[in-house]
Amino acid sequence: MKTKTNKLENSIFGSVKEFFRVNVGIIIAFGILFVVMSLIAENFFTVSNFINVLRTVSTNAFLAIGVMLSLMLGGIDLTGGALIALSGCISVALIQRFEASIPVAIVVSLFVGIIVGFLNGFIISYTGIHPFIVTLAMQSVCRGAAFLIAGGKPITIMNDQYTEIGNGFLGPLPLPVVYVMFFVFLTYILLNKTKTGRNIYAVGGNATAAKYSGINIKAIQIIVWTISGFLAACGGIVLSARMSSGQPSVGLGFETDAIAAAVVGGTSMYGGVGSVGGMVIGVLIIGIISNGLNLLRVNSYWQYVAKGLIILMAVYIDMQRNKKNRA
Amino acid sequence: MAKEVLRMENIEKEFPGVKALKNAFLNLYEGEVLGLIGENGAGKSTLMNILGGIYRPDAGKIYIDGAEVSFKNVFDSQRQGIAFIHQELALVSHMTVGENIFLGRQLKKYGFISQFMMNEEAKKYLSMVGLDISPKTIVGDLSVGQQQMVEIAKALSINAKIIVMDEPTSSLSEKEVQILFDTVRKLKSQGVSIIYISHKMEEIFELTDRIIVMRDGNYVGTKITRETNREELIPMMVGRELKNYYVRTYNKIGEPVLKVKDISVEGKVYNCGFEVKKGEILGFYGLIGAGRSELMEAIIGLLPQKSGEVYINGQQYKNLTPLKSKRLGIVLVPEDRKLKGLILKNTISFNITITVLEKIINKLRVNKNVQKRIVDDSIKSLSIKTPSERQRVMNLSGGNQQKVVLAKWLATNPGILILDEPTRGIDVGAKAEIYKIINELAAQGIAVIMVSSELPELINMCDRIIVVREGRIAGEVMKEEFDQGNILRLAMGGV
Repeated sequence: MKTKTNKLENSIFGSVKEFFRVNVGIIIAFGILFVVMSLIAENFFTVSNFINVLRTVSTNAFLAIGVMLSLMLGGIDLTGGALIALSGCISVALIQRFEASIPVAIVVSLFVGIIVGFLNGFIISYTGIHPFIVTLAMQSVCRGAAFLIAGGKPITIMNDQYTEIGNGFLGPLPLPVVYVMFFVFLTYILLNKTKTGRNIYAVGGNATAAKYSGINIKAIQIIVWTISGFLAACGGIVLSARMSSGQPSVGLGFETDAIAAAVVGGTSMYGGVGSVGGMVIGVLIIGIISNGLNLLRVNSYWQYVAKGLIILMAVYIDMQRNKKNRA
Repeated sequence: MAKEVLRMENIEKEFPGVKALKNAFLNLYEGEVLGLIGENGAGKSTLMNILGGIYRPDAGKIYIDGAEVSFKNVFDSQRQGIAFIHQELALVSHMTVGENIFLGRQLKKYGFISQFMMNEEAKKYLSMVGLDISPKTIVGDLSVGQQQMVEIAKALSINAKIIVMDEPTSSLSEKEVQILFDTVRKLKSQGVSIIYISHKMEEIFELTDRIIVMRDGNYVGTKITRETNREELIPMMVGRELKNYYVRTYNKIGEPVLKVKDISVEGKVYNCGFEVKKGEILGFYGLIGAGRSELMEAIIGLLPQKSGEVYINGQQYKNLTPLKSKRLGIVLVPEDRKLKGLILKNTISFNITITVLEKIINKLRVNKNVQKRIVDDSIKSLSIKTPSERQRVMNLSGGNQQKVVLAKWLATNPGILILDEPTRGIDVGAKAEIYKIINELAAQGIAVIMVSSELPELINMCDRIIVVREGRIAGEVMKEEFDQGNILRLAMGGV
């Protein structure tokens, strides 16, 4: 009997069960939202719309993974939106102006993302400046750099191979969605099947205790912000390919969506709590709300209002949960 | 006998799921110090919160000076002259002493707050508690002990007749404790009555006139302090005879396994050296702030060493980190389990295995069977009381939390185990269990270093005690020469 349960828990089925147990609240919320949208918004319940939603949310998902990881350490990463602009501008500029090959452009651009993320992590861990300030400052640096590289205006790219990166399909799925699924899977492995993953939970839960346990806190912080920078750069390349241009002003306020997705997905602002599955549902919820409101022809400015309220609500729920746990 | 100033009878209080108080009783005479003792969860805090007007009792009566009262809120209680000195200080650290004393009821002149009047008035109360500081001092600049005195001055300023002190010495140095005790005695001579809650029996015996014991929400009994002793009180608290409170079987002591020389930590530790042998329990005694914890932290690489040599099993190691130390079999179970030891919102299983992840996570695979075995073994061998290994650590009692911290480090199979205040803030039952575990570990041949501020536990558990004073080793006492007075003198310095 005992070995049976153990096997069960070891199997995928066990993880799925665990996933539903942890995320029951938002799964229900997602279900209700989905049904309501299907009923009231015309053209919502169509394959082409679903594919459209998935493609649209993929950019947010790239950022949300990094934001979730940084929140799990009790920090934040606000660099994402600006880094999307910077990495897109770099790769497009390299191809268009310097006639670099696509792989070179992508590698350089990803490298810049990694460096930015590493710097975030390095500064946060070695100076102790709050991540909010560090990444906000870095956001400004990246945004400025994007404008400088682009020369103040969008750079259009005429290279079908490059634009294919963002517009292509794998079977029925848009390529950006495929990339995101791949990275979501890797993040799942990181958090659940590696020592680094456990250490992220430990550092986020209690950094002092983690330090006394022999965990290298600085390394964990650098790893997390570096991953976040890398993924934002990926998102930037994909988005520039989709738009066939490197736009220095793109990605403004993308952090808001990413934070919303992460906190709706159950990531705690207090650190130490978060799951990839929850975050994915969070991304979908934010995406469906935008999509549904568009289909209902609601003035798009209302979407900002809606997202703001959602963040407040999700964080409030998290606080209540935390209070209950403390009592 | 003196006048009875407070009487609480048949107090009952139920919280969802628990009956915290079933039949509590307490009486207090004018000008006495009453010790209120009992294990964690016995209901002391609930009873005091009822006295403070924070909770309302479900049943029972409260009399002040013989007249029945009922407290609807905190102010009702304050108005009757009841004041509280809590474990955690309730002062605003960036305000001045004077402002803190009159917080919420500032003295006014012509409708404006008068700093001058407040400071003059504050001086009066500060001198009553023997605190020689200006009322204009910022509270954050005071030592914890001084802050406690400010709290007492604040209590006096509202003309408190009854002062409740809940574990007031938990963060005080030895000197500050003495000042606190002197103040308590002075207050007593002025007719103030004090309810003194503490786990530290030495304090209870030193300070109180009378002791009330509680257990499981019930009143168990009253004893006159000078007519009773620990052996009589502990069974009352735990409800059973605690035979062998301290367990120590002396075993053969082996080779030295850890030797440190000339360790210094900037501003904290100066040229300390010692060695510890296989199967030995080596005690480290010193006043709070003497540098004991810092010395230990420097050895395993948590603090930078200014100088020093560390030899493990005869081999010298440089630039140790906590991780390297762990691999070499030397681990530190830190003091303050909530801050340094545990990830409270995670499960027992998560906490115990965080030090041995390499045993359970391998090539992107979590071996849940090994994980479960490690955790089950720990829960069993340390008898951690929990419904499941998935229980969050924050829901455990202090004693069980301490066992989880211990388990987490024992899971690494250390050869050298450093325990920093292993029994702080846990109840007597749990303490006895921890002592038993420590004894077993030494018997297995582990070299145990036990850092503690509780001299009785060191005297009863250790083979040897090293005394640290102001960052230096002040002396070493062998088991045959253990003497409370001598060791204390070494720790305090002077004669």
